[in-house]
Amino acid sequence: MSNREPISKTSEWNFELLEKYDKAISHIANDFRLKTFPNQIEIITAEQMMDAFSNVGMPLGYSHWSFGKQFVNIEKNYKRGYMGLAYEIVINSNPCIAYLLEENTMTMQAMVLAHACYGHNSFFKNNYLFKTWTNPDSIIDYLVFSKQYIAQCEQKHGVEAVETFLDACHALMNYGVDRYKRPARLSLQEEKARQRAREDYLQSQVNELWRTIPNYRKNDSSNEQEQALSFPSEPQENLLYFIEKNAPLLESWQREIIRIVRKIAQYYYPQRQTKVMNEGWASYWHYTIINSLYDQGLVTDEFMLEFIQNHTNLVAQQSFDTQYFSGINPYTLGFGIYSDIKRICESPTDEDKQWFPELVTQHWLDAVHYAMEHFKDESFISQYLSPHLIRDLKLFTILDDDKNDYIEVSAIHDLDGYQHVRDILSSQYNIGDLEPNIQVFNVDVRGTRGLTLRYYQHQGKPLNDSANEVLKHFYYLWGFPITLEIVDNDDACLKTYHCPSQEPKKSESVKKEKD
Amino acid sequence: MSQFIDRRQNHKNKSAVNRQRFINRFKKQIKQAVSKAIDKRSITDIYSGEKVVIPKKDISEPIFQHGAGGQVERSLPGNKDFITGDRIKRPQADGQGGGSQASDSGEGSDDFIFELSRDEFIELFFEDLELPDLVKTKLTQIKTRKTVRAGFTTVGTPPNINIIRSLRNALGRRIAFGGKKKKALQAAEKKLNKMLKIKSGSSPEIESLREEIKALKKEIKKIPFIDPFDLRYANKIIREEPTAQAVMFCIMDVSGSMDETKKDIAKRFFILLYLFLNKNYEKIDIVFIRHHTTAKVVDEHEFFYSRETGGTVVSSALELMSDVITERYPTEDWNIYCAQASDGDNWNADSPRCQQLLLTEIMPYVQYYAYVEILPRHHQSLWRSYQVVKETFQTFNMKNINNITEIYPVLRKLFQRKQHE
Repeated sequence: MSNREPISKTSEWNFELLEKYDKAISHIANDFRLKTFPNQIEIITAEQMMDAFSNVGMPLGYSHWSFGKQFVNIEKNYKRGYMGLAYEIVINSNPCIAYLLEENTMTMQAMVLAHACYGHNSFFKNNYLFKTWTNPDSIIDYLVFSKQYIAQCEQKHGVEAVETFLDACHALMNYGVDRYKRPARLSLQEEKARQRAREDYLQSQVNELWRTIPNYRKNDSSNEQEQALSFPSEPQENLLYFIEKNAPLLESWQREIIRIVRKIAQYYYPQRQTKVMNEGWASYWHYTIINSLYDQGLVTDEFMLEFIQNHTNLVAQQSFDTQYFSGINPYTLGFGIYSDIKRICESPTDEDKQWFPELVTQHWLDAVHYAMEHFKDESFISQYLSPHLIRDLKLFTILDDDKNDYIEVSAIHDLDGYQHVRDILSSQYNIGDLEPNIQVFNVDVRGTRGLTLRYYQHQGKPLNDSANEVLKHFYYLWGFPITLEIVDNDDACLKTYHCPSQEPKKSESVKKEKD
Repeated sequence: MSQFIDRRQNHKNKSAVNRQRFINRFKKQIKQAVSKAIDKRSITDIYSGEKVVIPKKDISEPIFQHGAGGQVERSLPGNKDFITGDRIKRPQADGQGGGSQASDSGEGSDDFIFELSRDEFIELFFEDLELPDLVKTKLTQIKTRKTVRAGFTTVGTPPNINIIRSLRNALGRRIAFGGKKKKALQAAEKKLNKMLKIKSGSSPEIESLREEIKALKKEIKKIPFIDPFDLRYANKIIREEPTAQAVMFCIMDVSGSMDETKKDIAKRFFILLYLFLNKNYEKIDIVFIRHHTTAKVVDEHEFFYSRETGGTVVSSALELMSDVITERYPTEDWNIYCAQASDGDNWNADSPRCQQLLLTEIMPYVQYYAYVEILPRHHQSLWRSYQVVKETFQTFNMKNINNITEIYPVLRKLFQRKQHE
């Protein structure tokens, strides 16, 4: 222990102290090789935090009632004391914007600085998903562009028309993501310049697809028909993209709005895939950094007690059978795994040597950085979840098969169970498993222009009731009848949904028969 | 290097637009809630927010999701005594097994509940009534205030300088600072005169005395005539305008022909008058008089909710009102307003009596009398009698209305009059 003076002795913060803490923290972060974007740290009030929170954490965004609903909800819960506000919000941009709540104590501000401005920030900068799929340099510009564009559309076409259209896009937002193809980089100027050109070009492409006059170059009509039979040539998973490029009746501003919703969905996609890793990483570093501050004598014992209490709450995991259980706490799991990696590197047991032969030879800092950079939740868990941590969390798996009238415990934290528990937990973070796999299968190009979607049912999981509602939105966007087929692993059709629903037609035909 | 920015002073109502859009979108449901609330509330309780409940299914944003069923395997924390192969009965609540039902234990998770602010509530109430904007702002304004004098202060703006006080202070200060020196000056001058009388010409003593006098005069001159320190300003404070008291009579026909819809319209009519009075008077009494063949002073609940059947004698209510005025509300102390709602039914022979009562006993003492006839099939004798009153008194106004949007015109004159004042 050094005998240096602590940076602060009371719980009141001020800007001077914030800067001192930031300096000390950045020094430590540097020692641990945390590479970050420059920080832009903004102090905001509780009301502003509610505003930011209801806008999915973004500093600005287009107007829509659903954000209002979000706001109303947050405001209600906050005012009644059902929930505290987030201590911080951090935005994946360059410079990295972090919002700190003014009500935080000095301890909390320091913790949040370490957590958001060095933990999350370095994650955004170095994780491969974020590096590949997001462009932090221009996201703020793009949000400005989208807000302005949608406001213009509202002026031109009316608030209601735009709102209805956005509703439909939001229903399919999760299906506006390219999972494999890297999207082009965005930039405000390019975006504006290209937007005009794109309008014309898109329309011409769509016209090409839907042309009714025979194509003179291809006299071979059978060839054309064959082509028509199989459009799209392969099932398409990016539903919004498909609509944007191919829906017959949309106007160009509507296509642009789809594109905006798509781009924003794509931007959030890495965050949805790295919740455990990201929160775990940030928690791991605030814990390590604050402890290091303490070791240097820069913070007081009182500071430490408050910090430990908050940290403990943050990484507490409720058991499945308590009233407060709401799934696995990503902070706990992530923090647990990173801490475990360090433990394995420094003092491996025989079990660890058997499970993680590649880790035991590494320096822990190399190992955690590698783990942060090269994985997403699913692969992170299946790579690093150790028997040790499974035992700590007392993880077990249950198999709920609707063919049986009971639930079976399929594995627990024992030698036979570790691998299975790990596999199941990993698959719980696989977005491909969480969301129904629905793709555009066929479009009747030459006939009704109807579109057929296919839900590839996995493990007999049905769709819930909202499917019909989503189909209405899909129908609104596409403009022609939509069919959703549920097919099993052998491509046999189990059930179909129609929009517009087909019952009225039946009654019509019955009538005719009667006549 | 990190950059810190203090955003606390920035605009905070970023979500106002979105909140407004949300309210607009669910206007139908929210208005229903407002309507219900008005039904339940007391007339005097109109100035507060309201809890609005919207069924979750109306407000949901649908996305493709897995439903319950199929083969689901999941990992859970906190195993206590399970071993591999244990079979557990599936919980009944929702077929998903495991922990997801834990979240259901909270408050009615099927409904979306939120608070409508006081302003939003009043706004929606007005929207039904189709009030002109000017009236709306008038009614929602905070109480009228008046600036009044309250002594003097040492700080203020130049127009408020009180000259007498300031100069008096200046004089006092000049005396206080200059008094000693003036005395010394007088003494020196006396001494000089004496010396000059004894011997003329100059001597070192006389010279030094002259020097002293000169210096003293200079110092006295240095004391400023007026100093910021002397200034006194008239102190003005804002006080809520002392307002008179008013009594509002609500008269309603509760004979069998007044059904719930009519009563609902009547209630809004009364509320609107109350709102108006509330803005203009500090203290308001409300007297509820219900009548069929006989009239009775009742409390608000009985006024709106209990039912009676039988014929209608309007004059009974007017007589009662007149009695209450003479008994409890001396006209020199009280401003009297009356709102009467009826479906126009009256016993024919009674209408001339009503006319007579109004003309002689009531209207001379009343600030404003508004009468609405709700959903009449055709006007009866009462209407014609009242029309005579209307021609005699400007403060009497009547209207037959079919729905709540038509309430405002009957009170229009009242608002107009107040606006001109």
